Amino acid sequence: MNSSVKQKTLLIIFISVAFIYIVRLFYLQVVDTSYVFFAQNNVLQEQTIYPARGLIYDRKGELLVYNDAIYDLSVIPDQVRNLDTTEFCKVLNISKEEFLSTFARLKRQKGYSKWKPIVFQRQITIPTYAAFQEKLFDFQGFFVEVRTDRKYKHSNAAHVMGYIGEVTDRDIEKSDGYYRMGDFMGISGVERIYEKELGGIKGTRYVLVDSKNRTQGRYKNGEFDTAAIAGKDIHLSIDQELQALGEALLQNKTGSVVAIEPRTGEVLALVSSPSYDPNLMVGRERGNRYMELLKDPSKPLFNRPISAPYPPGSIFKVIVGLMGQQEKVLFPNTSYGCNHGYLFVGCHPHGSPLALRGAIAVSCNAYFCQVYRSIVNNPRYKHVEDAYTEFYKHAYSFGMGHALGIDLFGEGQGVLKKATYFDKIYGRHRWQALTTISMGIGQGELGITPLQMANATAAIANRGYFYTPHIVKKINNRANPNPKYTTKNWTTIDTGYFPVVIEGMHDVIENGTARIAKIPGIEICGKTGTAQNPHGKDHSIFFAFAPKNNPKIAIAVVVENSGFGATWAAPIASLMMEQYLTGKHDTRKALLERMLNGNLTHRNDSARFKTK
Amino acid sequence: MIAPDSKPSRIDWITLVLYYFLVIVGLLCVYASVYKETNPNIWDTSENYGRQLIWIGISSFIGLMILLIDEKFFFAFAYPIYGISVLLLLAVLVAGTTVKGSSSWIEIGSFRMQPAEFAKFGSALALARYLSGYNVQYEKDKKVQLISAGIILLPMIIILLQNETGSTLVFTSFIFVLYREGLPGWILFAGFVLVVLAVLALLVSPVYIIIGLTLLAALFLYFVRRTNQLILITVGAVILAGLMVSSIDYVFENVMQPHQRTRINVLLGKEVDIKGAGYNVQQSKIAIGSGGLWGKGFLQGTQNKFRFVPEQSTDFIFCTIGEEFGFVGSLIFIGLYIFLLYRLLMMAERQRQKFNRIYGYSVVSILFFHFVINVGMTLGIMPVIGIPLPFISYGGSALLSFTILLFIFIRLDANRVNELRNFS
Repeated sequence: MNSSVKQKTLLIIFISVAFIYIVRLFYLQVVDTSYVFFAQNNVLQEQTIYPARGLIYDRKGELLVYNDAIYDLSVIPDQVRNLDTTEFCKVLNISKEEFLSTFARLKRQKGYSKWKPIVFQRQITIPTYAAFQEKLFDFQGFFVEVRTDRKYKHSNAAHVMGYIGEVTDRDIEKSDGYYRMGDFMGISGVERIYEKELGGIKGTRYVLVDSKNRTQGRYKNGEFDTAAIAGKDIHLSIDQELQALGEALLQNKTGSVVAIEPRTGEVLALVSSPSYDPNLMVGRERGNRYMELLKDPSKPLFNRPISAPYPPGSIFKVIVGLMGQQEKVLFPNTSYGCNHGYLFVGCHPHGSPLALRGAIAVSCNAYFCQVYRSIVNNPRYKHVEDAYTEFYKHAYSFGMGHALGIDLFGEGQGVLKKATYFDKIYGRHRWQALTTISMGIGQGELGITPLQMANATAAIANRGYFYTPHIVKKINNRANPNPKYTTKNWTTIDTGYFPVVIEGMHDVIENGTARIAKIPGIEICGKTGTAQNPHGKDHSIFFAFAPKNNPKIAIAVVVENSGFGATWAAPIASLMMEQYLTGKHDTRKALLERMLNGNLTHRNDSARFKTK
Repeated sequence: MIAPDSKPSRIDWITLVLYYFLVIVGLLCVYASVYKETNPNIWDTSENYGRQLIWIGISSFIGLMILLIDEKFFFAFAYPIYGISVLLLLAVLVAGTTVKGSSSWIEIGSFRMQPAEFAKFGSALALARYLSGYNVQYEKDKKVQLISAGIILLPMIIILLQNETGSTLVFTSFIFVLYREGLPGWILFAGFVLVVLAVLALLVSPVYIIIGLTLLAALFLYFVRRTNQLILITVGAVILAGLMVSSIDYVFENVMQPHQRTRINVLLGKEVDIKGAGYNVQQSKIAIGSGGLWGKGFLQGTQNKFRFVPEQSTDFIFCTIGEEFGFVGSLIFIGLYIFLLYRLLMMAERQRQKFNRIYGYSVVSILFFHFVINVGMTLGIMPVIGIPLPFISYGGSALLSFTILLFIFIRLDANRVNELRNFS
């Protein structure tokens, strides 16, 4: 082999190597674009900026809910390097087993990726946070995220405000990727319904980081960053003082109070008893406490005022009185005699015969059975079904038998049957007023939630219309923009038929069944109800509005299994109306004491355990 | 010592221009790899690039000195230089400073140098001197072959003892020199086959390789005209290969340390360990790959700047070129480098003196080996062997030693006309 061949051989080797390298470079740099993506991941760190959640105030501007900083310890598993596990566990005060099992658990979690930040330990204490922050440099891959949790200034209105909690997989899916694992969102109450307003919009910050995850600066001077938009503040229509009083009055009782401002439909108080302290539903123990509350046989999580249907009992007589007039089968001077009842419906002793106003005042069962019969058996209609449908329409127009559309989660429909329901049971045309006569006095196939009761009261107070009840008065200091809450809903009863009924309701307080509810100087109109209850003692029910002219508050009170409407529900409603209208509730000390201290829970124990 | 008749005009200006081009590219890359917006001063000697600039100055000065020395000096002092470098290597072995696991550094005050770098041109000079001796014929004389091998192996072994695998392997590049001087081509080919077999041995079980080789041998013998000699050679080759494959497997499993095994496994793609042993390579590939066709622009590289690539201003300097200047820049760079090697090859071949030619080939081989391993490593197709990219990588003693290596050859080449004159 001569030298020039050898020289050429070497040259060929050089050129082959160069060629291979160039092909390789072409592949890496031009063909395979994935490295650009890798490079971005290496350098660009997307940081989420959590917006402050909107604050919640009551109608007078008193702060109810605010934010509290919490510190979550997060980790990007991929970036953990040379971790001194012993030291790490010492700072966090956990055992090595816990450390390992936590990591194992994180790995099993849905959506786990070793490139993505994931919460290692939730809500570490402030001393731990401080200790950790000092050593952060030793614990590569770990970092502390500051977020906010809720704090409640008062222990009231848990059912109104609801609570926030971690998003579920479904929420993440539904949100189109907005929420990420570990994010908080409203789970119930106003927090849930107004999640969009309260939650704000998360911001993103792109920072350049080096291989040790140390921030090197903003990416393109923040050109692509988006600022977090803080959540909007919300003013509830709730009156904190009234709410607190309501809850105090219902303590150790099972029941509900709903108070509405008739002029606007704003809910002034929404009490559900038994309740719980909303501060239980924050922090690390949220899950455990929730489970405890869920298991509690007294069902503190159950939002009674908006979901529990009760037979309205005698308060329904007012509505029946209005329907009869509208159907022109009842006139203010129509009188019926009462001989301790009507057919199989009994009645208590009172003067007889009575006209409409008096019948309301003494709550005569026989009278309203007669009225109901004349409505349903109205000869103007060919069939009883048609007449009953009118009855149905009237009741429906007061907001019964359907969800009103309050801005809370889990509103019930109540019970109001259509004519077809009775057709199914009795056969078409084979039933009439007497078949369903107990509905005339608010029993039978009727179920009304306390919210619907209060709403009907508001409709009566307004002489024929109501605004859909709502909890949120202002968002960002502007009136609740939902047009539903500023639209008058007219009932099917003409305004002219109301005065006589209202006079009757006024008599109920002045000299009727609810004299106990009387407040000197305030004209109250109300009606007691004692709803028979197949499961135990009667429910004590009362609804009222005041003052008679220019009503400012309409209220419905239900105290379960406590007897007559005048015994518990009427005094509680009276005290609350006094509070709202005068700002005082202690003018009748004995009554107040009796209501506050009344403990009805023991009586229900047996019933409660039976239902359990 | 300074030769009055030396003709600087005979200096190969193309090589000199290429040298300075590469050195400046190197400086810019070092600058880019540690560049901070807060401290853009390239003259800052507390930073790598400032120091590199000083080293360029020192190298230029020494280079100039070399050009001014009589070329006979190198022939005359080839052995002493070789001896000194071997002594220095031994000294390091005894009193060296350990840097990153290899005790190959000598520290004199703040000055730190790696004698292995100087052993390269020392060995080149000694080999050239020996083979250019009177009546020395490499092709025919076994003794010459053994002594040549000895000249190369002596520093190799000492450097290996210093735990400097990279520099040790550089000495294998002398095989090209020996090939030029008469080493049969089949040895070069056999060496290539051995490397392939060694890699295969690590990838698949030796049993399969032996079965495969046997089948191949049987097929070969079936199709060719069989002579007893051919059969014997074939069978012998298969047995030898089988033994080698088995022993490689044994060494790999039982002799090598775990971290060495991991490195090899990652390179062979048997283990995917992006953040462990493969981290450097993965990051390097990301940096180069993200450069795209045109690159991100000078000082715009994000991967390099934020130190995702370890050892970036030294061993992984090519990443900066790949990321900031893209495929086009890399293409130009590789083209120029190969052009330099080609130029040196041409120069070596045009020498009339054997000494000059052998030395020239040594320079080409050493530079080529560095280039192949270093760039190949950043591209993920060569093992991660920590050797610098000549003229580009940060590092004073490396730059100086490569400059000396190259400039001696430039000096030798510059004299070729004089030789012509003298002889005619």
